[in-house]
Amino acid sequence: MAEITVPVAHGGHDGHDDAAHGDAHGDHYTSTGLSNNKLAMWLFLGSECLLFGGLISTYMLYRGRVSAGPRPDQVYSIPFTSVSSFVLLMSSLTMVLAVSAAKAGDNRRTRLWLTTTAMLGATFVGGQIFEFTTFYRKGLGFTTSLFGSSFYTLTGFHGAHVTIGVILLLSLVAITLRGRISGDKAEVVEMIGLYWHFVDIVWIVIFTLVYLIPT
Amino acid sequence: MTAVEHHEAAHGDAAHEEHSDLYYGKIALFLAAVTGAEVALTYLHIGPLFLPVLFVLMIVKFVTVVLFFMHLRFDSKLFSFLFWSGLLLALAVYVAALSTLKFFAS
Repeated sequence: MAEITVPVAHGGHDGHDDAAHGDAHGDHYTSTGLSNNKLAMWLFLGSECLLFGGLISTYMLYRGRVSAGPRPDQVYSIPFTSVSSFVLLMSSLTMVLAVSAAKAGDNRRTRLWLTTTAMLGATFVGGQIFEFTTFYRKGLGFTTSLFGSSFYTLTGFHGAHVTIGVILLLSLVAITLRGRISGDKAEVVEMIGLYWHFVDIVWIVIFTLVYLIPT
Repeated sequence: MTAVEHHEAAHGDAAHEEHSDLYYGKIALFLAAVTGAEVALTYLHIGPLFLPVLFVLMIVKFVTVVLFFMHLRFDSKLFSFLFWSGLLLALAVYVAALSTLKFFAS
């Protein structure tokens, strides 16, 4: 009778090594041969596509509904948002470098890149707070118009996701300082990396559809 | 299915090679260049080509991050299925909402 379980592969690149080492590294068995944690994370990201799909759809439908207050082109600053986008894009680079360092078992570099990613994420959130404050001073409140409501809801949800990501990254740094992430446990870094990259790709869509396309 | 077959299926066909920091740096440079092109487009006034080109650039950036930074290109096809089906459903939500407001608008 054919076997239906194999040692789970952590992280993809080192999966064959993990399988070869088996229980020596504390591997567990799954019926799919895939890491359940990773499977759950991808399923979560798939469902997050629906959340942001709904929010982006709502914004696209309502962005022209300006009964009062400023129009989109009167408040947006493309140069400022472009810099924010660049910062978030570069945080994806530092995150992938953190994952790479974690897989290589280099705790010092993992901490360095995780901290850099968190700082870049915090810079992005700071920029968003500055932007919201500026828009509010220009007369665009949450209930000013349908455009305002849908804009703040969409970008606010994204900002909340980035903030959660920064908290997760800083928590990871604290955990690595205690030396609790090494070897197979590097999968934790990869999980948070997937979440972080997802936040980045959502912003890629928001930046184009919300800021660059005129009403 | 044997354990070995199952293991290979789980990993997909792609080889699991480690990539250097330089490799990721080059991808980031490419993404930065595409972002620069997107922003430049908004100032160039290229007429009817503006929206299609902007959409293509957005999709290129999106897919590049998913395939290379999220390693979906090298990972199990099941992960790809979960993610792309979620995205497809999200697009369907947009089309449904747009159609509803278009056809049932008062």
